[in-house]
Amino acid sequence: MISARALEKRYGRKRALRPLDLDVASGSFLVVTGANGSGKTTLLRLLAGLAGPSRGTLEVEVDRGRLGYLGHEALVYRELTALENLDLYGRLYRVPERRERIGMLLERFGLWEARGERASALSRGMLQRLALCRALLHDPDLLVLDEPFTALDVQGAALLDHQLAELGGTRTVVVSTHEPERLQRLASARLALT
Amino acid sequence: MSTSSLNRSGFGSPVPLLAVLASGLVGIALALVFFVAPEDADQGLSQKIFYFHVPIALTAYACFGWGAFKALLLLWRKEERYDLESYVAVHQGTIFGALTLATGSIWAKASWGHWWLWSENQLVLFLVLFLFYSAYFMLRFSIEEGPRRANISAVYALFGIALVPVSFLAIRLAENVIHPTVFTREGPQMTGTMFFTFCVAWVAISALAYALYRLELLGKRLDSNLRELREALSS
Amino acid sequence: MTFLADVATLARKDLRLELRARDTLPAMLLFVVSTLVVFRFALPEGADDVAAQGADDVAAQGLLWVALVFTALLGLARAWAPEREGGALEGLVLAPTDRSAIWLGKSAAVFIFLCALDAVALPAFALFFAPVNLSTVAGVLLANLGICAIGTLLAAMAAASRTRELILPLLFLPLAIPLVVGGVGASVSAEPARFLAFLGLYDGVFAILCWASFEYVVSE
Repeated sequence: MISARALEKRYGRKRALRPLDLDVASGSFLVVTGANGSGKTTLLRLLAGLAGPSRGTLEVEVDRGRLGYLGHEALVYRELTALENLDLYGRLYRVPERRERIGMLLERFGLWEARGERASALSRGMLQRLALCRALLHDPDLLVLDEPFTALDVQGAALLDHQLAELGGTRTVVVSTHEPERLQRLASARLALT
Repeated sequence: MSTSSLNRSGFGSPVPLLAVLASGLVGIALALVFFVAPEDADQGLSQKIFYFHVPIALTAYACFGWGAFKALLLLWRKEERYDLESYVAVHQGTIFGALTLATGSIWAKASWGHWWLWSENQLVLFLVLFLFYSAYFMLRFSIEEGPRRANISAVYALFGIALVPVSFLAIRLAENVIHPTVFTREGPQMTGTMFFTFCVAWVAISALAYALYRLELLGKRLDSNLRELREALSS
Repeated sequence: MTFLADVATLARKDLRLELRARDTLPAMLLFVVSTLVVFRFALPEGADDVAAQGADDVAAQGLLWVALVFTALLGLARAWAPEREGGALEGLVLAPTDRSAIWLGKSAAVFIFLCALDAVALPAFALFFAPVNLSTVAGVLLANLGICAIGTLLAAMAAASRTRELILPLLFLPLAIPLVVGGVGASVSAEPARFLAFLGLYDGVFAILCWASFEYVVSE
């Protein structure tokens, strides 16, 4: 599903990702680890299509509409409510039975009561949960999550654990994290960046 | 990128030859302008600046066009080198654009007694372009190096080339209604010798621009190769 | 067509945000009226005879366009603010939406704001200076199309720059010069059709250019 050869990313003189070879089969669960500055975020952005390679090749056999991404920012509109944000993305991703799906996700991640709150009024943990809803809204085939456990409280983290367990095996998942032990059971492949 | 551009910018570079050629041509052009071309009955010596002003203006247009072409290649092929080539072309174009304004202003003063004439369409067009391309550099240097900067610079360079005909039309429209033409100017009637001199001057200035373009490219590529080498050695 | 549906979705989102926050449009309206008042004080009083009055009218038309261009700049500076604040632009780029739809949706919203601006600016101008004729209104509408098209794209470029607010006017003004020529010409000339046609040409050329190149402005 994902195939990279000598994949490299530079911003002018700064090298953000050293040359990398990678193969990820469909249905894998890849856990990416590495120190700060090793290129985890860069790699995930490349996989999501937010940046193009400087050198080398990268093939991701999934089009944009089937890809879900969670980055360091929530990627939402601060002055729209949680519900409105998801409705917007639901339309752009052409999610079938949009309202039902949004409702289901909001409930699953404990955001139903807060659905009418503006994103700017949400706590960091709630915002992260909203971002997860956004990433999962269109039932993506490939999920790319950059340190998704950040800012989540115990309950939120448990919800995410549960969600990932559900997805692992049927979907392809790439997760970067500082706590690889957490995903020990689910991981089918590991990548350590230096 | 490294090895191929090293070959391009290392030994065997055409730049020294180009520089000699351009200098030679400019020398010949100067000689022709001052010693061979007949003096104009009306304007005298000041008319001679026309032999430089118009080729400089045409060369500036050519540089902007070349920059836009390289920009298009960058967006299409996504190869890093086109970004530098586009930038250097725009840089040269801006320099020659400033020279156009300067020589045009001198010509205006010599011919009509004014340092600036709004009725001179070419001058006004160059003023607008000069403002536009000055903003190019401000934009470029306020964005961090990387593909984002390259893409945005390229798009802006393409806008510039679209602006040329549109501005020209606008200025033509404006002159009749907004700024009624006060001064009329007949196109220069060129004799054979004058035409020949003009052509030589044009070729000379174009050669000069090309030599400067290759020189600046060479300098910037050497800089970048040196940096890469330093980085490779230190890691 | 999903392209147009996306454009509508995005434009609606911008209108909703502005209606909720109500910060940009009221500021623009106040700014344009204040600017016109400043112009009134900045203009030396014409002589009382009719000929001078006529000339003042013509000169004043130019002031309308200066006011409109600078007020538009004020609004454009905030055009991408919602996307910047929450990082939503990346969210849009990730979506299967055509990148040009992002540009067109935003431009459509800006166009509506500009028309709202004109609904206040033109009557104010007519009140303070000189009556406004039909060709001026047509010119303003056509110029709005050009302004929202290039302004939205240039604002996106400026958003990528360190000197955000500072650079947008520098990018916008040279490109706005032909629009001002077209607009003032339409107001003042005995043959406004030529100028209106020119404005249409400008809009066409730059809209196509913006539509084709927006993808590159937001991509890495």
